[in-house]
Amino acid sequence: MAADASMAPPMTPAPGSGRASTLQRLARRRSSIAVLMTTPLLVVLLGLVAYPAGYGIYLSTLNRRMTGFMEAEWLPNGLGNFEILFESETFWAVALQSCIFAITAVILKALIGFWLAHMLNDIPAKGQRKWRGMLLIPWVIPPALSTLGWWWMFDPSYSSINWLFQVVGIAEVPWLGEKWWARLSIIIVNVWYGAPFFMIMYLAALKSVPEQLYEAAAIDGASSWQRLRYVTLPMMANIISITVLFSLIVTFSNYDIVRVLTNGGPRDLTHVFASYAFQVGILSGNIPRGAAVSLFMFPILAICAFFVLRGVTRRNKEQM
Amino acid sequence: MAQVSLRKIVKAYEGGVQAVKGIDLEIADHEFVVLVGPSGCGKSTTLRMIAGLEEITSGDIAIGGTLVNDIPPRDRDIAMVFQNYALYPHMSVYDNMAFGLMLRKFPKAEIDRRVKEAARILDITPLLERKPKALSGGQRQRVAMGRAIVRDPKVFLFDEPLSNLDAKLRVQMRTEIKKVHQTVNTTTVYVTHDQVEAMTLADRVVVMNHGIIEQVGPPQELYHHPATKFVAGFIGSPSMNFIPARLEQASGALRLHLPHDIVLNVPAARTALYQPHAGKDVLFGIRPEHLTDDKATDKANTAPITLKPDVIEPMGMETLVHFKLNGTEVSARLDPATPAAVGAPLSLIAHMDQMHLIDPTTDKVL
Amino acid sequence: MSATPTSRRDLPGIYSKAGSLRAERRWALIWAYISLIISAAILLMPPVYMLITSFKTSREIADQNGNPWIVRDPTLGNYWALIADPMFQGFFFNSVIITLVVVVLTMVISILAAFALSRMRFWGSQVLATGVFLTYLVPDTLLFIPLYQIVGGLGLLNSIWGLILVYPTLTVPFCTWIMIGYFASIPKELDEAALIDGATWPQMLMKIFIPVALPGIIAATIFAFTVSWAAFVYPTAFITTPDQMPLTIGVVSQLVRGDTFAWGQIMAGALLAALPPVIVYAFLMDYYIAGLTAGATKG
Ligand SMILES: Nc1ncnc2c1ncn2[C@@H]1O[C@H](COP(=O)(O)OP(=O)(O)OP(=O)(O)O)[C@@H](O)[C@H]1O
Ligand SMILES: [Mg+2]
Repeated sequence: MAADASMAPPMTPAPGSGRASTLQRLARRRSSIAVLMTTPLLVVLLGLVAYPAGYGIYLSTLNRRMTGFMEAEWLPNGLGNFEILFESETFWAVALQSCIFAITAVILKALIGFWLAHMLNDIPAKGQRKWRGMLLIPWVIPPALSTLGWWWMFDPSYSSINWLFQVVGIAEVPWLGEKWWARLSIIIVNVWYGAPFFMIMYLAALKSVPEQLYEAAAIDGASSWQRLRYVTLPMMANIISITVLFSLIVTFSNYDIVRVLTNGGPRDLTHVFASYAFQVGILSGNIPRGAAVSLFMFPILAICAFFVLRGVTRRNKEQM
Repeated sequence: MAQVSLRKIVKAYEGGVQAVKGIDLEIADHEFVVLVGPSGCGKSTTLRMIAGLEEITSGDIAIGGTLVNDIPPRDRDIAMVFQNYALYPHMSVYDNMAFGLMLRKFPKAEIDRRVKEAARILDITPLLERKPKALSGGQRQRVAMGRAIVRDPKVFLFDEPLSNLDAKLRVQMRTEIKKVHQTVNTTTVYVTHDQVEAMTLADRVVVMNHGIIEQVGPPQELYHHPATKFVAGFIGSPSMNFIPARLEQASGALRLHLPHDIVLNVPAARTALYQPHAGKDVLFGIRPEHLTDDKATDKANTAPITLKPDVIEPMGMETLVHFKLNGTEVSARLDPATPAAVGAPLSLIAHMDQMHLIDPTTDKVL
Repeated sequence: MSATPTSRRDLPGIYSKAGSLRAERRWALIWAYISLIISAAILLMPPVYMLITSFKTSREIADQNGNPWIVRDPTLGNYWALIADPMFQGFFFNSVIITLVVVVLTMVISILAAFALSRMRFWGSQVLATGVFLTYLVPDTLLFIPLYQIVGGLGLLNSIWGLILVYPTLTVPFCTWIMIGYFASIPKELDEAALIDGATWPQMLMKIFIPVALPGIIAATIFAFTVSWAAFVYPTAFITTPDQMPLTIGVVSQLVRGDTFAWGQIMAGALLAALPPVIVYAFLMDYYIAGLTAGATKG
């Protein structure tokens, strides 16, 4: 019982409708517009990220004058720079310091950020905005500049922190003069700069946990610790891991703070990969060796990036 | 001149879902056609192919006699009202309605005239300066319709425009849409899964199921003469009872033998029609409103049934009672004054001139 | 729920719990405020101390006796000296040009790309979207040495144009990523309505997408601005003469000279250099924070 054919009007084809060709032309036009719109992005990604990455690998195989491959003794030819780094005590110290710095700083940032987010979430909503605005200030100031302030506070003869310590009866601290204190100083500055970011991320995640879940848990008789353990943490697990991994990438590759605060000193003991690569590659003019140093960051960054991506994909799926 | 013709329309989505499986439909100029059917039957897909938002896999669509298969939506001269209204959130009501005309480079004065006129028809003149966020659901609905009206297109397309409104507003807007159609008289294709909307609005109703058209016809025809079991069950609320029965020959007349040894006489007018099926198993279809309490004055063509209700639902102006007949759910509609109690025998009559017989092998109504 | 007597017996318990609940809440609140005050004091200590120092004369700074946390003889001299200094003005000017050009470039590139990626599915669009996110995770310190060679090869070392060339690596991936998120959250019916209304793709972008996603665009713009303003690795590596330096490296390398540091001026310089992002933050805090969190929650 379909429509009666008698009603059918005459069908005149639309002008120039060679059917398949028109359709294809439309589709092709749409995707050529799309390609046109993404071209600038592609230029940036390929020309300024992918190509330099490949070029960096190539550079790292050259000798200092860049006249040929860097010879090696026990590694294949061209990997001489890596060989020298493997055998260099300074390099291993740099690697160790990079890991100590990144891991300690990220753990501290994550814990402090979490705690701050909780405290913020506990106070009445009215005041939250004001407090949040104040607490995020360290993140807003360009780190190279705020580190100047820390440098001045750590100054050996005029340290205002030591002055405060002295008021409460704590001994003076040789902030930037002694190896472990200098390392700690760098961590302190990084934590100071990054903890507010964690706080903001966690706060956003905390706000997205539905209030009913807490009410349901409270009715089920959960204590506040249990609510944290069984409601908040599982709900935030993904965002926490994304933030931590992301921060690990950024912290591990940090340059500004070390450059301004210690410039690698004392005796190159506070260098991290980035600042050491800078020192070797730009300041001492051994571009290939510098490129090799920064390439050492790559495996660790790649692992973190893989997990971040996985976390983000999973999160997207959850939110569908 | 704005007929819409669909010829053998097929839509297969990527991944192989055949949403529409070859539809033929001719919609006349000025006609109001409603597509109904259960969720996922391909109503929206059909509408979106008419709009040009979805490419057709095969077949032809013509609007106003012009083949539009390859014409982009903006050149099809159609307007569409979406379920979630799709109002531009950053524009005032006025600009929302003017946008399409502005893009078509209408003169300012003409735009203004048309927007004001549409606002008057829809009674939203005081809202023209507001943003969509500051409107109620019903008002947004009107604006979405206004946006379609100002364009004065060849065809209006509606995709479940009322399903985001509450029940009361839905009834009100339904009347409104009907009124607007009577004023502007534009060919309209309207998608809904609500059969009451379909019955009240349509010149012709198109019942779809699983990507095909089950039946096309005016609302009354679908109600009284459903072509298939699906249409019979889909149109009407509560839906028609289907009771397995046997058509028997009894001295020149036909009788239906139902479970529980209930025997009903088929009206003489139908004898010739049903004669070829005598002796076969059939489905006896009767609407709850035709299975009523024994109060009718005109007892011609009725048959008595006595049953024990399982559930009684007083609805105010009527009472619904439900029975089980050999495992089959059966409903009847009573006068609320009729005393009925669960488990107590209740004598009913079936209005046999409203009966249907369905061939259980083909699901066609005989 | 079954035994009424038990639940009735529980009632007093619930009431007394409610009382302790209120006390518990109050303690939690007090504890929260104490924590926040202490944290705020620590977090704000460096900028406050920078401010204090910037108001001091060199003589007062050099005086080792007494409380360094108070200003006895406040002066704006450090600020005036910097503002009048042509070199400092040059830093500022360079920063403004670089940031302006980079922000405009970034927004054009990322809005166009995000629109295409979120609305016009084409071959490889999914891969490209993932690529955008991956490059966002590539830190600047990984690539600055090859980029140094490339920029050198183009003859743009020690030029702000060299910086303008490479800064998009810092800004474009993230901005594209969050714009994809914002565009994807616009309901599909809105473009369909626009298509039917007669909009072409460019009109759809300009008249619908950009206005509707304006909050996202503001957030992305703020991000591009703060990142370009604060960039440090590239200028430190590429720029050697003060006339091409932006503020960050200018303050760090040029104001810090020799052994006798003009601490007052350094702190004043650092604060002046930090002022633009702080002002943007103060006025557009909500957008700023939306941009920060969008990276992980939207994407
Ligand atoms: N983009 C798509 N890709 C693949 N399958 C689709 C797509 N859109 C719809 N479908 C499928 O096509 C069929 C018909 O969908 P359609 O939206 O036309 O149904 P409908 O009749 O409008 O239903 P409803 O009343 O729920 O709106 C469904 O099975 C649906 O799952
Ligand atoms: Mg639908």
